Amino acid sequence: MANNVNIEYRRQAIYGWLLLSPAAILLTAFAFYPSIATFWTSLFSRGTRRRPSEFVGGENYSDLFADPTFWKVVTNNLIYAGATIPISIAIALGMALWANSKIPARGFVRTAYFTPTVLPMIAAANLWLFFYTPGLGVLDQIGSLFGLPSVNWLGQPETALWAVIIVTIWKEAGFFMIFYLAALQTIPEDLKEAADIEGASRFTYTRRIVLPLLMPTTLFIMVNALINSVKLIDHLFILTKGGPNDASKLILYYIWEMAFAFFDAPQAAAMTILVLVVLGVVAGIKFTILDKRTHYQ
Amino acid sequence: MSGLSRHIETLSALLLAVIWISPLVFAFWAAFHTTSDAVSFDLTAPWTLDNFRIAWAGAPWLQYFLNTFLLVTIILIGQFIVTTLAGFAFAQVRFPGRDVVFILVLMQLFILPEVLIVENYVMVSRLGLFDTLLGVGMPYMASAFGIFLMRQAFKGVPIELHEAARVEGCGWFGILWRVYVPLARPTYLAYALVSVSTHWNNFLWPLIVTNSPDTRPLTVGLSIFAAPENGVDISVISAATMMSVAPLLIAFLVFQRQFVQAFLRAGIK
Repeated sequence: MANNVNIEYRRQAIYGWLLLSPAAILLTAFAFYPSIATFWTSLFSRGTRRRPSEFVGGENYSDLFADPTFWKVVTNNLIYAGATIPISIAIALGMALWANSKIPARGFVRTAYFTPTVLPMIAAANLWLFFYTPGLGVLDQIGSLFGLPSVNWLGQPETALWAVIIVTIWKEAGFFMIFYLAALQTIPEDLKEAADIEGASRFTYTRRIVLPLLMPTTLFIMVNALINSVKLIDHLFILTKGGPNDASKLILYYIWEMAFAFFDAPQAAAMTILVLVVLGVVAGIKFTILDKRTHYQ
Repeated sequence: MSGLSRHIETLSALLLAVIWISPLVFAFWAAFHTTSDAVSFDLTAPWTLDNFRIAWAGAPWLQYFLNTFLLVTIILIGQFIVTTLAGFAFAQVRFPGRDVVFILVLMQLFILPEVLIVENYVMVSRLGLFDTLLGVGMPYMASAFGIFLMRQAFKGVPIELHEAARVEGCGWFGILWRVYVPLARPTYLAYALVSVSTHWNNFLWPLIVTNSPDTRPLTVGLSIFAAPENGVDISVISAATMMSVAPLLIAFLVFQRQFVQAFLRAGIK
């Protein structure tokens, strides 16, 4: 009898690993091994024809920390994250509350909010190019109605990053709205009725009942928005290419540039490792603190 | 509840909606007008298809469409196979080390393929898959997100059905194929929609791995076509943009309800 159990146990183990093997091989090849290889690469100098690459320890990292462009890019990305995360979440929440209330033309409103989500970032950038082009663009034409001078939104360091930020917010707010919309629909009707009986205003109901109940969704969206603030850089290729003077350059774009335009793989690797560390901390926070807090969902 | 504030709210909602689709509307307008008419916003200006003709002649769009279509299909098939097997293992098979491995898989949610572009490029080249559609698709096939989704779906299948199928003499593959896969159909549909729209729109990785018109997907083709160095005007760019977003956009407008449901299902874990 014990023998049978043992055989069954072993058979399950073999099945389990067989079923898992395609995923395990692919994940190893394209996630785990590359992570380790990136770390390894970041410890060596850039090999040239004359001087083969050699072990340099933390030199790539110290070079990076001494590079003013790196700090510029980090600052840009912090501004990018600091602006896109709260603004897109706030807009998404407003959209969801509106799209969930009984307003006329609700179908149109929902569609309009969500449509940017299905467009490629590259296409979105092309659409916005038409807005930003100096002289001909929509923004300048609206400005000229009020007698404002033409502004080169993408060409001057003060505005380029913000022009990029606006496109990102436009792209992701509708996506986040969907999650809020889903959460709103799970709030029981009786809460609204109870609030009405108690004479609470709609504003109070929203602030004291709806928003707290949406908290888990907000945390979930926040993690997504944070990942997006690293990942969403496609529009830079069309709108600014990181310029002018690195004013709108973001970390992932800089990694790409380092590796595939300047062919400096070790520097790119060092930067990748720093990004992975940050993402790892976010993952740690998500899986330990946030997931414990949201269990009542 | 005063009627006035209600009206203000409705108006703001509509205003935001109009602002939100205006980039698309302007591009649509520009695509069908000459550049000078497009930027002067003369509503009586004649409509034209010339921009589409110029754009169409300017790049091998048909090839790009085909590449994107094939790419999305390859990724989807790969993802279905890999995530079904792995999801089933995590949901219904008890084996040592399962929980540790599951945590490793979840970690991939944060080790983004986008961030590992340098080493993934080396890996794809080493496998001889540089400038192939398979090379573009491979890093996405073992999607941690998909594995997680399938595991959740398979966990919801009543164990009685599993037992019944086994009593009938089904092997594990038969049980998976005849019981679990059909019951998880809504999840597959949701996942497919999310996957297709993600990879239809993906750009950075395909840009790195493809190097010829034979493999380039639409997004990369569009970015090359619209590059400022090429000096094409805004109306032609708009036409090319409308052309390349049209299939997904039309599909979205037609299947809107299913689309939104799919994103919802994929989002709520």
